[in-house]
Amino acid sequence: MNTRMIGFLLGRILMVEAGLLALPLLTALLYGEPLMPWLATMLVLAAIGWGLSLRKPERTALYAKDGFAAVALVWLLMSAFGALPFVLSGDIPNYIDAFFETVSGFTTTGASILTAVEPLSRGGLLWRSFTHWVGGMGVLVFVMAILPMSDGHTMHILRAEMPGPTAGKLVSRMSDTAKILYGMYFVMTLVMIGLLLLGGMDLFDASVHAFGTAGTGGFSSRNASVGAYNSAYIDIVTGIGMLAFGINFNLYYFLLMRRFRDVAKSEELWAYLGIVAFSTVTIAANIRHLYGAVGTSLRHAFFQVSSIITTTGYATVDFDQWPGYAKTVLVLLMFVGGCAGSTGGGLKVTRVVTLVKAAFMDMRKMIHPNAVVNVRMEGRAMPEKQVRGVQAYFSVYMLLYAVSWLLLSLNGFDLLSTFTALSACINNIGPGLGMVGPTGNFSAFAPWAKLLLSFDMLAGRLEIFPMLLLFVPSTWRGNRLRRWEKRN
Amino acid sequence: MRIIVVGAGKVGTSLTAQLIREHRVTVIDQEPKLIENIINVYDVMGVCGNGASYEVQKEAEVGKADLLIATTSSDEINILACLVAKKLGVAHTIARIRNPEYETQLRFMRGELGLTMSINPEKAAAHEIARVLRFPAAMKLESFSKGRLELVEYRLPEGSALDGVRLLDIYRNARARVLICAVSRKGQTTIPSGDFELKTGDKIYVTAAPEHLSAFFQYLGVFRKKASTVMIVGASKMCYYLADELLHMGMSVKIVDQSEARCAQMSEQLPRALVIMGDGTDSELLAEEGIDRTDAFVALTGLDEANILMAMCASRQTEQCKVVAKINRRSLMDLVSSEGIIDSVVSARDVTTELIVQYVRAMEGAAGSQIKTLHRLVEGAVEALEFHVDRDPDLVNVPLRELKLRSGVLIAGIVRRDGEIVIPGGNDTIRAGDDVIVVTQDTALQELRDILRQG
Repeated sequence: MNTRMIGFLLGRILMVEAGLLALPLLTALLYGEPLMPWLATMLVLAAIGWGLSLRKPERTALYAKDGFAAVALVWLLMSAFGALPFVLSGDIPNYIDAFFETVSGFTTTGASILTAVEPLSRGGLLWRSFTHWVGGMGVLVFVMAILPMSDGHTMHILRAEMPGPTAGKLVSRMSDTAKILYGMYFVMTLVMIGLLLLGGMDLFDASVHAFGTAGTGGFSSRNASVGAYNSAYIDIVTGIGMLAFGINFNLYYFLLMRRFRDVAKSEELWAYLGIVAFSTVTIAANIRHLYGAVGTSLRHAFFQVSSIITTTGYATVDFDQWPGYAKTVLVLLMFVGGCAGSTGGGLKVTRVVTLVKAAFMDMRKMIHPNAVVNVRMEGRAMPEKQVRGVQAYFSVYMLLYAVSWLLLSLNGFDLLSTFTALSACINNIGPGLGMVGPTGNFSAFAPWAKLLLSFDMLAGRLEIFPMLLLFVPSTWRGNRLRRWEKRN
Repeated sequence: MRIIVVGAGKVGTSLTAQLIREHRVTVIDQEPKLIENIINVYDVMGVCGNGASYEVQKEAEVGKADLLIATTSSDEINILACLVAKKLGVAHTIARIRNPEYETQLRFMRGELGLTMSINPEKAAAHEIARVLRFPAAMKLESFSKGRLELVEYRLPEGSALDGVRLLDIYRNARARVLICAVSRKGQTTIPSGDFELKTGDKIYVTAAPEHLSAFFQYLGVFRKKASTVMIVGASKMCYYLADELLHMGMSVKIVDQSEARCAQMSEQLPRALVIMGDGTDSELLAEEGIDRTDAFVALTGLDEANILMAMCASRQTEQCKVVAKINRRSLMDLVSSEGIIDSVVSARDVTTELIVQYVRAMEGAAGSQIKTLHRLVEGAVEALEFHVDRDPDLVNVPLRELKLRSGVLIAGIVRRDGEIVIPGGNDTIRAGDDVIVVTQDTALQELRDILRQG
């Protein structure tokens, strides 16, 4: 383990986080709120960050396990420090609650322990949503792009932070790739803010909701989420916006480069849109009796489907009241998640497609034991190794799920609430059903359960392995051996 | 620049490592494992597929590239890859071509197929060995301005006359116009000033005109005449090129190899060489063939370890013999050359990489300045460049002492238009039309102007 380099990296990231806090600081200044919590946190971050990154280590290479460990530690630390302003300003007096809220922000989950968000300070509300925006695209890749520090081996970090089974660069240089991705992300967010302003929101609300949509997070500045505006325009703009941020960003780059054929060829995109269309229409039919008009039920169905499949978690209505079929579809969508390389969470559409295809392939193999079959994706046979990787990911995912579920059930809530609370956290969605439904929240959970759910949120966002590797002794062992050698 | 490297083998990887600092590189290879390795280590884009295929080149956006370098193991794929790239609009293409049969039609390929450069690694490496054998006292020898000025690498042995001597004293006493332009000590490289003191084990880089160089080494007492009898072990392709070149230089060549077929082929191709079938590691055989009367021993078998051992054996048996070994693996090369076990080490990969990097650098500067030659010293930590000077008012006719040079830059030699060599002092000036040799630690110089301090 290159602990020196990881420490250096952490230092740089903490300094960047201090810079990010300038935005809520500015908001607090505009609304005449106390500045102390923000300034104090910035000072602490800058001091620790400066101390850690004082001296650039000689060995800057980060190998696979260093990359994984660095990513996991960065996300943990950013959340741990990002929670400070909530505690200092008294918005969320309990540190564990504040930590849960910040993890939920950075992982773009949107699960909240707050019973009401409206009494929060404006600065706090904006920071809460801004963490979504920062966490959506990933912090480390961005920082490594603007502050080049390692002369190679950066691929492991990209791989650990980018959602999806395979990570690829758009152009040959990592920094250029990151700049392109962030450029598109930034412009799309600005467009989103503009569209929401047109819908009659003020700049503050528009920013909060645009950040939540862009990062597919789901924190709102209103207790009733997007439903509070009761506007068909805002519902549709947000619904389409969420859907757009759930698409692989590489495809937007292809659009920009006028490589339309590559976009049309994307099997994941068509599967994603197909699932959304199917779910919207059947849910709308299922809930028609609740809203009367076809248009209204389609609108609510579309918004909810888009919100859940992209793992955003905004709500326009209390879908906990919907009939069984609609709720079941929504719960299933929680697992599907967005596309690879988007800001969404969940299993990712491409993995689901691969798993289904692999299952059919295995079935055909049962019937024709000697058949040579392969999983075809976008007209090409997928390498066996890649298919196995997806299947392995799914097993680990289910294992983590089972263990977390078992532990969480010890907290003593009903089956539906426990199950959907866990699903909502592990898939980075936010609201579940029952006690944690769109009108409920996570405040009733015990402190240890909140920490467990925080871990699950981080594991879900970083695709499990980086977080799990922190607990594997051999990740750290190299160092211990050297220390042992030094002592003797 | 955007550069496409086809083939992620040894040469492809070492090229990528060199080019990555200043260029955007995309690597194409058929083997997924190689691509995965290279993108894990270097900041490049990887494309998996046949580099000669139009579809794959499209995917790698070859059309937008400035240069394509094809270094796969197959000549045909390299040629085809360059051809396709040319049609896609790439201005410069470099192919590695090692089959001697294609060698003869290079002119046709350049003209009709549009290859801008072709490289034969074995031939290039053989040429480098031949150069060292011409001046055996040096570990390595490079030349500028068509051989008018030479640059040699020399390692100070135990008890050298230069141990503990200041450079100024050397220049005063040696009665030869030389300049020590770079010193490498335990991995640290310096561009030394006059009161720098040399130590045993230092690697020094000396520039001078050929006759002064000989005089300098005579003064040191380590001068060796040009080798006249050479023994080569391993009848490889490189051996063929080397023997051919040495025979043309009038040396007598003995080739030793274990395989009957290769020996037969060699003796057919090189009637003037003496081909001996036998084991090159057998000291009995070497003694019988007169290793003690040979000026140079070159180990060129396919195995690095065998080459090192043979070279060590040979240098044990005789004092006079210049020992050269071909070593491909970087780690072994560092080990052997830092310990000073073997006089000179040559690797086809490094020679190829150097030639291509030289081409790329010349291409970059093609707009305004003219890099004529480039040699990389001390594993690329220092570069020696030859520039042609036009009329640049900031440089021309200004005494060198008044030029504000950047740190880590040294003007190592000036070749006048009439061929006169100047080893420059503070009063000399650069004139229009001169060739100037600059030694620098900053490996990003593109123009001669860049040696001046900014502002």
